[in-house]
Amino acid sequence: MGIKVVHYINQFYGGIGGEDKADYTPEKVAGVKGPGMGLQAILGDEGKITSTVICGDSYFNENVDEALDTIIKMISEENPDVVIAGPAFNAGRYGVACGAVGKAVVEKLNIPVVSGMYNENPGADMYKKDIYMIETANSAAGMKDALSKIAPLALKLGKGEAIGTPEAEGYMPRGVRKNIFCEERGAKRAVNLLIKKINGEGFETEYPMPVFDRVDPAEPVQDVTKVKIALVSSGGPVPKSNPDRIEASSASKYGKYSIAGMDNFDPSNGETAHGGYDPVYANQDLDRVLPLDVLREMESNGEVGSLHEFYYTTVGNGTSVANSKKFATEIAQDLKAAGVDAVILTST
Amino acid sequence: MQLKIGNIFIDDVQFGNATEVKGDILYVNKDEFLAEAGADERIASVDVYLAKPGEETRIIPVKDVIEPRVKVEGQGGIFPGFMSDVEQVGNGITNVLKGAAIVTTGRIVGFQEGIIDMSGPGAEFTPFSKTNNIVLKVEPIEGIGQHEHEEIVRLAGFRAAIYVGKAGKDIEPNEVKVFETKPLAEQINEYKDLPKVAYVYMLQTQGLLHDTYVYGVDAKKIIPTFLYPTEVFDGAIVSGNCVSACDKNPTYVHMNHPVIEELYAGHGKDYNFLGCIITNENVTLMDKERSSNMTAKLVEFLGVDAVIISEEGFGNPDADLVMNCNKITKKGIKTVLITDEYAGQDGGSQSLADSTPLGDAVVTGGNANEIIKLPVMKNVIGYPEVAEVIAGGFQGSLNEDGSIIVELQAITGATSEVGYGYLSAKTY
Repeated sequence: MGIKVVHYINQFYGGIGGEDKADYTPEKVAGVKGPGMGLQAILGDEGKITSTVICGDSYFNENVDEALDTIIKMISEENPDVVIAGPAFNAGRYGVACGAVGKAVVEKLNIPVVSGMYNENPGADMYKKDIYMIETANSAAGMKDALSKIAPLALKLGKGEAIGTPEAEGYMPRGVRKNIFCEERGAKRAVNLLIKKINGEGFETEYPMPVFDRVDPAEPVQDVTKVKIALVSSGGPVPKSNPDRIEASSASKYGKYSIAGMDNFDPSNGETAHGGYDPVYANQDLDRVLPLDVLREMESNGEVGSLHEFYYTTVGNGTSVANSKKFATEIAQDLKAAGVDAVILTST
Repeated sequence: MQLKIGNIFIDDVQFGNATEVKGDILYVNKDEFLAEAGADERIASVDVYLAKPGEETRIIPVKDVIEPRVKVEGQGGIFPGFMSDVEQVGNGITNVLKGAAIVTTGRIVGFQEGIIDMSGPGAEFTPFSKTNNIVLKVEPIEGIGQHEHEEIVRLAGFRAAIYVGKAGKDIEPNEVKVFETKPLAEQINEYKDLPKVAYVYMLQTQGLLHDTYVYGVDAKKIIPTFLYPTEVFDGAIVSGNCVSACDKNPTYVHMNHPVIEELYAGHGKDYNFLGCIITNENVTLMDKERSSNMTAKLVEFLGVDAVIISEEGFGNPDADLVMNCNKITKKGIKTVLITDEYAGQDGGSQSLADSTPLGDAVVTGGNANEIIKLPVMKNVIGYPEVAEVIAGGFQGSLNEDGSIIVELQAITGATSEVGYGYLSAKTY
């Protein structure tokens, strides 16, 4: 028994028609259609394309939500082990549809997806992080080559086997860092790189430096005596004994804690959960990380409007950007809902 | 400056009547060892265990790993500024009990200490699963603060290593390696047609369990300076540092510095290795600016064509790495960087907290956030319950059966940023 495969293609490859039929609504047919025949030939006994979903490119792109709902339902009914979308070569709307269908299948059905397209197809940049995307030629002249890479990768994905490197399998790098053991230790690799760089030979970095998002600062507060201020920190300030067990490094959560009725931190009511700096001074007086004492004073002197009832905290140490973004999105929504006007962000 | 390293190969460690080397076995007199290691009135108790390669043994929390060495010829002693005077080291003959190590453990000081497994999947990630470990467990007396606690355990480890190292003093080594660096003008002349290189050696210096010492001086308080590469082989630089233990350099790694060893390997063939510039990673911006300015100036002063720069730690020190890279590159000097990564457990996030397009040649020690399952071990030396609070652990890390799920960052030496290990990462 081979694995079950569903194939997604557009109206052109489905044999429905060209641009004049691009508004074709989703349809599921049993067995293979168009490029599916070539795929099935390579899959052989190891995999079977049980059905093919066909959708017009214009229809898909003009009715994305509706189209996706229908297509996901059609695919879900088949309960496949893997979904293949395309290949789309340099057809832009088709590429975007393959990517969007693939992403939805991965997210909603938790089924792996492989597609294929030309690297300048807009669908490639949009979705190569979400699904496996075989790099193809820019036209259907490259069909044979594309299918010869898509089918073996689909089999591996469908069987849950380990996936090799982008170069070995032919897919576009997805930006996921995975650990590998090398034959030479790091120090030797560094010396090798140094020699190549000195000699002006070609060299390859093991880690291409990231490009960061830059966030424009918000407009300054006009009158600080009128605003409600909240405290948010990545320095790990928590109530004594860290009730929510926020991790010392690589935090998976943030905390929201009340400071109603509190004027000051001391060793009995606060500490830091952060593992990345000397905690002794923060544990002696947590106001050093979260300046509650000073803000209370300013609040009672009328120098600031008011202090929000809760503070929000996590540990920045070794915490991924993805987790940080998720925490910040939730915290920001909560702050907005509570009518907070300004935030003091403390680090360590 | 010439240092001969005499390696005495040790294949097994056992307790015995005297502390001595017989063949390839190191015998340790337990009572004498404990008396030497425990000689500090601030210590309440010391204990010693053996942990050998392949055994089902886990050591947790690990504070430092130290190699037993002894000076046979030449001035000074091992660990100058701590265990001997501050005499200049790095010349003469030093004998090494190669294959043995002292590992210190005891009640946890902070969140930041490591794990060593002697077998199983975790053993593949730590170099200290391959050494015959004499594990020293130290507990200080009541009422000791965290800074002092760290110091007490650190010094006990050095005393233990010195005591054991003496057993190698009169033994004929199995191999002798010669390392030599001449005074600058002479060294430049020796290989004047070869490109000149140096090593920029960044030291973690951020406070409790984040400190490093040079000839007894807290490296927070140094300004960058030159070192003959051989000085570190005699313990001129020691660790007080095991926060996120995966990428901190235990004293053992400083003493066996892989970048220095590998730079010596190509010295006189591919390039002319002139020496090391040590610098720190302090927490304030002014310190970072001062140290990176000084470092770039010293690199320029040496007149080298290229440098390797290694980081120790992550996050905040990424800023020091980037400053050093930018300032040195802008002087027209080529750079290679060594770091590790915090790309999230799924590997999908950016790996560094700071970045520069000038850092175009990077070696990585791997993604420290990757998860590893450490199976149940028959013996646990130390305190397994700290698995949930050390950096890399989380609530639920320690299973009921004693197995542990943690990020690699909890494993001592897993993602070494001086390239001691073989781990790297790749974009998939």
